[in-house]
Amino acid sequence: MAIIGLPALLATGCNSNQAITNPATGPARDINTLWWAMLVGAVIIFGVVVGLLVVAFVRRNRDEGPSHDDRGPYMVIIGGGLAAPIVCLAILFGFVIHVMPATSAPPGPTKLTIDVIGHQWFWEVRYHGTPAVTANEIHIPAGTPVDVRVTTADVIHSFWVPRLNRKIDMIPGRVNRIELDAPDPGVYRGQCSEFCGVGHAQMAFFVIVQPPDQFRTWLRNEEAPAAQPSGSQATLGEHAFMTVGCQNCHEIRGTAAAGRVGPDLTHVGSRRTLAALTISNTPRSLYQWITDPQRIKPGARMPGFASLPASERHALVSYLEGLR
Amino acid sequence: MTVGTVARERIERLDRIWEERPGFTGWLTTTDHKRIGILYLATSLAFFAAGGVEALMMRSQLAEPNERVLSPGTYDQLMTMHGVTMIFLFVIPLSIGFFGNYLVPLMIGARDMAFPRMNALSYWLFLGSGILLYAGLLLGHGPDAGWFDYVPLASRKYSPGPGIDFYALGLILNGMSSTAAAANFLVTIFRLRAPGMSLNRMPLFCFAILATSFSLVFALPALTTDLVFLELSRKFGLHFFDVGRGGDPLLWQDLFWIFGHPEVYIIVLPAFGIATSVIPTFTRRRMAAFPLVALAELLVAFIGFGVWVHHMFATGLPEIALIFFAAASLIIVIPSGIQIFAWCMTMVTGKPEFRTPLLFIVGFILFFVFGGLSGIMLAAVPFDQQVTDTYFVVAHFHYVIWGAAVFPLLGGLYYWFPKVTGRMYHERLGQTTFWLVFIGTNVTFFPMHISGMLGMPRRVWTYPSALGWGPENLVSTAGAFFLTGGLVLLAANLVVSAWRGPAAGADPFGGATLEWTTSSPPPAYNFAVIPKVTSAYPAWDEEDRQTDAGRLERGELVLEQGHRTPGTTPVDGHLGEILEMPSESPWPFVLGALATIGFAFIIANHLVMAASTFGLGAVVLAAWHWKEPEEA
Repeated sequence: MAIIGLPALLATGCNSNQAITNPATGPARDINTLWWAMLVGAVIIFGVVVGLLVVAFVRRNRDEGPSHDDRGPYMVIIGGGLAAPIVCLAILFGFVIHVMPATSAPPGPTKLTIDVIGHQWFWEVRYHGTPAVTANEIHIPAGTPVDVRVTTADVIHSFWVPRLNRKIDMIPGRVNRIELDAPDPGVYRGQCSEFCGVGHAQMAFFVIVQPPDQFRTWLRNEEAPAAQPSGSQATLGEHAFMTVGCQNCHEIRGTAAAGRVGPDLTHVGSRRTLAALTISNTPRSLYQWITDPQRIKPGARMPGFASLPASERHALVSYLEGLR
Repeated sequence: MTVGTVARERIERLDRIWEERPGFTGWLTTTDHKRIGILYLATSLAFFAAGGVEALMMRSQLAEPNERVLSPGTYDQLMTMHGVTMIFLFVIPLSIGFFGNYLVPLMIGARDMAFPRMNALSYWLFLGSGILLYAGLLLGHGPDAGWFDYVPLASRKYSPGPGIDFYALGLILNGMSSTAAAANFLVTIFRLRAPGMSLNRMPLFCFAILATSFSLVFALPALTTDLVFLELSRKFGLHFFDVGRGGDPLLWQDLFWIFGHPEVYIIVLPAFGIATSVIPTFTRRRMAAFPLVALAELLVAFIGFGVWVHHMFATGLPEIALIFFAAASLIIVIPSGIQIFAWCMTMVTGKPEFRTPLLFIVGFILFFVFGGLSGIMLAAVPFDQQVTDTYFVVAHFHYVIWGAAVFPLLGGLYYWFPKVTGRMYHERLGQTTFWLVFIGTNVTFFPMHISGMLGMPRRVWTYPSALGWGPENLVSTAGAFFLTGGLVLLAANLVVSAWRGPAAGADPFGGATLEWTTSSPPPAYNFAVIPKVTSAYPAWDEEDRQTDAGRLERGELVLEQGHRTPGTTPVDGHLGEILEMPSESPWPFVLGALATIGFAFIIANHLVMAASTFGLGAVVLAAWHWKEPEEA
């Protein structure tokens, strides 16, 4: 069957940014090795069964009648169905036990601890011991083990960055832990992998691994309250934000806006994407998002503001894009 | 078989005694296991068509990145209903409801199921559950939280509409149907086997149904409990899953999978049974290692209860629990492996004739090994934690459920088609269809392994183009339509042959089990004389069949004084007593209808009306038992 073509087909997409076969850390690499080893074993076992069926096919027209002697078949059945599986499974089990510790939660406290809280449908990210809060982007320093503590504000989600580690569910009332320890700077895509409602397909995030000094700069900026609006457009936008309803759902630290329903927007202008990676963060797409979020991300909890005058929406964009 | 005058009179008397009401009402009141089986067949195939259409709609939406064929709300309903339909309304009703019902009494030489009216009730409850589940979808309130319906997403807070209520109450009704059916099979298999059919002479298909029935009886209470908890939470605000009030959302998952994994074996065991029926017939050889295979069938069902946590490897459970359940999940490979090698070795040492039914069994073996191997990978904890809830898992369980469980059902449809209809299907077209369906299956489901490995989560209604999942999904979608074409051809072959096919005769394939010793289709009482059994392949025992002819002349074990079948001892199959069987009755239909209406009232929040309907049901139950079976 098509199993022969598997490696070739896989190779074509192997380098994509969410591929299990494109590991970037020790644990992800261990799991990838486990996969290829199991695949080789599986191909061999599959080949044995196909071989038996081929023998049956080739011998179907032989001269003598069917053999009713069960002794030969018993040997094969016991050997293939009992003895060989015991050996193979024991080896596999050993391999599994060997890989498991690499993928488990960090044994003790690490230098950096991050809380990630799943929401329908975005990721809230909080840095322990600092006021920094962001959304849908997790910045971590390269070469530093990070203790990620995950939970949820509503339904079950699952935190998954395939290139960095296994997935871990975000369950109400529980805090699950997973270690991210990426040696190389880069942008790694993650996505919710437990069905969480209509927005499930559009609930992704980036883990942005930075050289440690860049990370420190970034974190210092994130810790700070929001920038003052610069220019009349942005000032108009801030006023609109605080009066048309945005402030009820979003927090902008350092202002009166303290809503906790939607993502924290204190530094939204510095983020790469909007709506949990659904669109890139440009003034144009932000304008479209404010106007009609349902068209971009059906089911999103944010109401559309098409009823606002266009000038006011442009002002909002100008204010928000200035929050760097 | 030439029949003398005395024998002919006996047969005529049996015809009179077992005759049922003709026409449409006859289908509503029937208690004949074969007619109930045919009702299950027609209904489950109708639901199969619905589930297939749902799949094609989803595949159309997923054909390319950023498609907008369906809205996510619609997609989620279709996705949920596809899973629920295929498992609860198609595979189980087809395998147990049709194949089990139609074949078990015939294979063990009985005249009906042990509880014919309860058998009818099982069918009507199943039909009611299907109607309830689809009523939700058709009213625009289909369940949309996935077939395993995790809380808190399925709680009233996050799913305020009635969709989840249709799901929960529909499945409770469905579970009642399956429980009644399973209990019926257990008693039938243990007490109604023809005298002489000790357990070691029972056909392996019946062992498979026995194992399945045990699993159902023990697994379904977990699901029903879970669903009742859910409805009590949704309707009355109780807190079973509410973490703020001492509940736990993982309780739902544990209970669901305590049912859900045995369910996988419930789905696949009848398929094993069909394989062990088809292979001896077309290889002219008895199943190799018969006792091992029987034991393996039972062991699969048993170990199936100890593996459920492998569905929850990513929930953050303690590692010691993960290791235990990984080991249990691996051990189930052994009974499966024994069966695979037994099937293969029977073919190697026999002389296989690759007609359509056997081709489907060969396809089944390949798919089962393939899906089994990806299943072993999923028992490897860290790998599972990577790929769980991705398309890799979707690929795996479609190889197992579609490839391994449904292929034998399709092969079985061909194999027993002459028995049920009395006519032959078109062999050449059957073989062509096999290849189309086999290729279509691989083209549809194989690429899903790859999209899963490339990080595509399951249950997404759309995906971006940048991640390289486009080609795999396009191929899958094309394969799904190709596969559908093959299935339409399969249906055409069987439907046309049912009207136009050449007469098949009692035993067109030289089958080994008792159903081939009676006419096609069998008479209402199955066997004019209760057959003599001295081996597990009674249809191949010429002398015993001669004995039957003699017994018919002498009136031995013909039981033409009433609606009767022999009752035997559970293990050795010694004749114990002659049982009076109940005759046709309208009450199972009425009770099934009332139960469905009562459940619909609960969904609509008319609890008083629901209680009154159930009260009426109690009256009907009394009427059901009022009139004891008549003596003829």
